Amino acid sequence: MPADIKLKVPSSAKKGEVIEIKCQVIHDMESGQRKDAAGKTLPKRIINKMVMTWNGETVTSADWYPSMSKDPFVTLYAVASESGTVKLTFHDDNGEKYEASREISVS
Amino acid sequence: MKDNGLSRRDVLAAAGAGMVATAILPSLAQAAPQDADELTKKLIGNAAVKEGRVTLKLAEAADSAGAEPISVAVDSPMTAADHVKALHIVSEGNPNPGVSSWFFTPRSGKAEVAFRMRLGKTQIIRAYAVMSDGQVFGAKREIKVTIGGC
Repeated sequence: MPADIKLKVPSSAKKGEVIEIKCQVIHDMESGQRKDAAGKTLPKRIINKMVMTWNGETVTSADWYPSMSKDPFVTLYAVASESGTVKLTFHDDNGEKYEASREISVS
Repeated sequence: MKDNGLSRRDVLAAAGAGMVATAILPSLAQAAPQDADELTKKLIGNAAVKEGRVTLKLAEAADSAGAEPISVAVDSPMTAADHVKALHIVSEGNPNPGVSSWFFTPRSGKAEVAFRMRLGKTQIIRAYAVMSDGQVFGAKREIKVTIGGC
């Protein structure tokens, strides 16, 4: 499934400005509630944790549960502190990590 | 019994009325399912939940119960001294009461998130904001669901 990540971060911002960040991860977020055609319950497999960093420092993080939708789509905010890299990391139940990042110039 | 002037018939009538009342009331009194209460306790402990500061936006009726938009904003200056530390979203009607918990820092700029969630049935969604000084603010909203999406 390795997640396809769409990430929207403004390419530039004024120092101190609060910017909007939008992200969608393509992931089934299998809730553990569904059954396959044979009636067997499909095992739970979701992204259980998300971390957003700015130049390596955590800005916002989250724990996710099965009530999050398939292909999670989130809107978050961050203070434009200095030029650098905004990175989002998603942790899958199976131990895999998915990352996406964007450069932003802050003046 | 005799001393307080109630006959056996009065007592039985009162008991009957009580039974009718309890038959109707539990669905109201226990609208908050136990699972959601248990999870809430795990997330915020025994903190007294105050009203205000949390704005929980949900449609009145779900358009897409498999991916229904929800947004939660908490009124806070988001400074080092005064910010929102955590924001917990809890479902009263889904198979698992946990939806998501968000952890903010002053660098978050504002304590606001938007995402999409699954809804199994008509239910109440709760949001709890834990402030840096330990205060907890909460909000609840009902959303009607005709076709579940869990």
